[in-house]
Amino acid sequence: MNANKVVITGMGLVCPMGHDVETVWAGMLSGKNGMAATTVFDASTFPSQFGAEVKGYDLTGSVGRPDRHKYANRGSQFVLGAARQACTQAGIDVETDKPADGIDRTRMGIYLGAGEGSVDNENFFEAIVKGWDDDSSEMDWSKWAKVAFGQMTPMIELEQEPNMPAAHVAMMTGARGRTRSCLTACAASTQAVGEAAMLVRSGKAEIMITGGAHSMIHPLGVMGFSRLTALSTRNDSPETASRPFSATRDGFVLGEGGAIVILESLTSAKKRGAKILAELIGFGSSSDAFRITDMHEEARGAVQAIKSAIADAGIECQDIDYISTHGTSTSENDSIETRAIKTVFGDNAANVPVSSAKSMFGHLIGATGCAELITCILAIRDDVLPPTMNLNDPDPDLDLDYVPNKPRKAKVDVAMSESFGFGGQNNVLIIKRFCE
Amino acid sequence: MNTGRVVITGIGAISPLGLNVSGLWEGLCGGKCGIATIQAFDPVGFTCRLAGEVAAFKIRKHVPKSHRKATKLMCRDIQLAIVAAEEAIADAGIITKATDPANINFDPPRMAINVGAGVICCNIEELSPAIIKSVTDGKFDLRKFGTAGIEAVTPLWLLKYLPNMLACHIGIIHDIQGPSNSITCGEAGGQIAIGEAVEIIQRGNADLALAGGCEAKVNPLLMLRQCILGRSTSENNDDPDGACRPFDAEAKGSVFGEGGGMVVLETIEHAQERGAKIYAEVAGSASSNAVNIGYSHIEPDGKGIEIAIEAALAEAGIDAGQLDLIIPHGTGIPADDRAEATAIANVLARGTAGAKDAPVWPTKGMLSHTGAGAGAIDVVTAAKAIAEGKTGMGKNCNNKAEGCELNIITEPIEKDFNYILCSSYTFGGQTAAVVLKRV
Repeated sequence: MNANKVVITGMGLVCPMGHDVETVWAGMLSGKNGMAATTVFDASTFPSQFGAEVKGYDLTGSVGRPDRHKYANRGSQFVLGAARQACTQAGIDVETDKPADGIDRTRMGIYLGAGEGSVDNENFFEAIVKGWDDDSSEMDWSKWAKVAFGQMTPMIELEQEPNMPAAHVAMMTGARGRTRSCLTACAASTQAVGEAAMLVRSGKAEIMITGGAHSMIHPLGVMGFSRLTALSTRNDSPETASRPFSATRDGFVLGEGGAIVILESLTSAKKRGAKILAELIGFGSSSDAFRITDMHEEARGAVQAIKSAIADAGIECQDIDYISTHGTSTSENDSIETRAIKTVFGDNAANVPVSSAKSMFGHLIGATGCAELITCILAIRDDVLPPTMNLNDPDPDLDLDYVPNKPRKAKVDVAMSESFGFGGQNNVLIIKRFCE
Repeated sequence: MNTGRVVITGIGAISPLGLNVSGLWEGLCGGKCGIATIQAFDPVGFTCRLAGEVAAFKIRKHVPKSHRKATKLMCRDIQLAIVAAEEAIADAGIITKATDPANINFDPPRMAINVGAGVICCNIEELSPAIIKSVTDGKFDLRKFGTAGIEAVTPLWLLKYLPNMLACHIGIIHDIQGPSNSITCGEAGGQIAIGEAVEIIQRGNADLALAGGCEAKVNPLLMLRQCILGRSTSENNDDPDGACRPFDAEAKGSVFGEGGGMVVLETIEHAQERGAKIYAEVAGSASSNAVNIGYSHIEPDGKGIEIAIEAALAEAGIDAGQLDLIIPHGTGIPADDRAEATAIANVLARGTAGAKDAPVWPTKGMLSHTGAGAGAIDVVTAAKAIAEGKTGMGKNCNNKAEGCELNIITEPIEKDFNYILCSSYTFGGQTAAVVLKRV
């Protein structure tokens, strides 16, 4: 099989710290974060009353044909902005019926790790309340149907399906090549980028528009994570609530966003004269096959994914200059992830700087992996490591170099990005500074 | 040695026609219909009151003792997928931790899993008591929900409804530790998952893979969604047998259901080495998408379907004239069927002479539309057709609709099928195609 080199030629990001890559990055290097009290809905009585929302984002100002996306859910809206930025940087024409970029649309695909949209909250809850039968203490579906058929609307229902963000990106870009969407919980967009890279490597696609989109900042989403006790409840201090690897970490901060990178074969990038931002050299995927509720105690799946990415990249552990961790700020993830890195890197583990972008922009769930990959591209570009913020109470059991609280200048040629999903699906990407 | 040839060595299915492949196959060949009035809930206020439901089964019998507690965390989609996976794995002769821990005959980190799943709507029945605790003056009160409501929800609630949990539960039950993915491309998910699993084996990341798709659409919210989107028929409630009419002039919409299909994939060398029976080779697969402003339906010219089929044929290295059978998506939604028929006809028109007469066997008149499960069930059906050398026939499609100029089979065929094409697509526009080849 032919093996094309896979390079990154565009990136776009809409996340709680800004609506474009450079704003987010500047914020990350200057001590900012995206946390604040929840405003999307009234969370004032919820166990966790804050989050990392995308603030002040307006689809109309972010895309050229907003009328085509008027029903788009939050995740789709964010990823449309990100896709437009990424395509523009890569020189891919969007929002036109007659692209002049010379790209064969059947050789350009889409692969998103995308989440479902929120239920139609008001109507959803009202239909249940009105459909409830007090006498039997159960739902009366004919009563429910009366309200639901009367008030729920086709497009808002359709937009809850997790393949909708990809549909919107298709409308924007005209891509007709291999198109997929996956949802492996918190690892989804890392998996999407990885599998998209494999499509380019094998020649099944020349260009892939890939990344993630998700928002679970809605009553049922926050309820679900709260019941799992996965969210930080540090309501008096949202800004310091996400504290990965700290002894006082108490859960993640729920974020939302959209992130896109453009992957393409080196041949295609050169032919088009696209600027190459980095080379994607390794992808590893595994499953814990352990428990639905917990990660494997010895980090078996995480270790396998990391090792397999390193093998795929054809490099050695010591070649890796920086790791962007999954680093959620939950007790379990941060200790097991530390264990995984120590298992793979052995005596060298203490020498590899690792940090968590989630300490700044929160956990973007399905979109998080690609957003974090973008920070790796920037770390290589600028030779600087983004910090792990809020790390003032080191956990005595966690003893890696977490780049605490301040960015650090460092030579970064190779960076690795890790994502581990609920249920045990693990995905790891490795990128490298591009040189001829 | 990996020549890149990946074959199917095990098949499993759970569908409105039965709890296993033999139920599916005998049903399809016998022209049975799995569609009836909805039993899962009282559908009296729904415009479409029909569905394809799977007969009752006890999930506890399909999981090992160590995983029985976890059955509480399984929504319907997960349960169905587990049953289909169990059959495919056993059929392939793979012995796992679940079936006989003393005689496991594969290397768990070298097995992948890839499952197409639908959006999993929360079970309103389960959630409703918490909502009812959150009412003030007859109205839902979010502030109450934040305290009393939330506390009334079972702690692991969210984990029941994540679409990746189909793959995760199956992976845990059978100790599948290799690459694991959950394709969420709506109704094209099953075939896309199978295609990706083939790629994972071809690139050497696994020796074996379990792949397929599964979805359970028979719950009030998803059924409502199909009704208000104008996808399900509202005119055939008294005639379940004749309700779903793919490519037929009298079609009024589809009927939705539940079910799933799974296949075990491996390189041909791996299969031969362990003496596995081979159903068929996955000779080509591809996906594309519609670029369509009206994305609740597929684009009228079916271009995205056509591109996927062309790419799958190219990968298989064949001309459309070599296709012995086509199992289309064929939903019974008139506009969508016309688009798919146009796409297929365009592909066939570019084939060698005679290509346009390729037999087409729609199955949803019997099976209903099982969402992410549908395309995978069709691949299982195609594998079985190759193995058995025969087909059933289309049901409810004797009177072709205008614009559906395909050779839809009205009589069973008996022959050696060398190449069978399966096609699927979804609302939102993603499309998929898989070509199976007789080995």
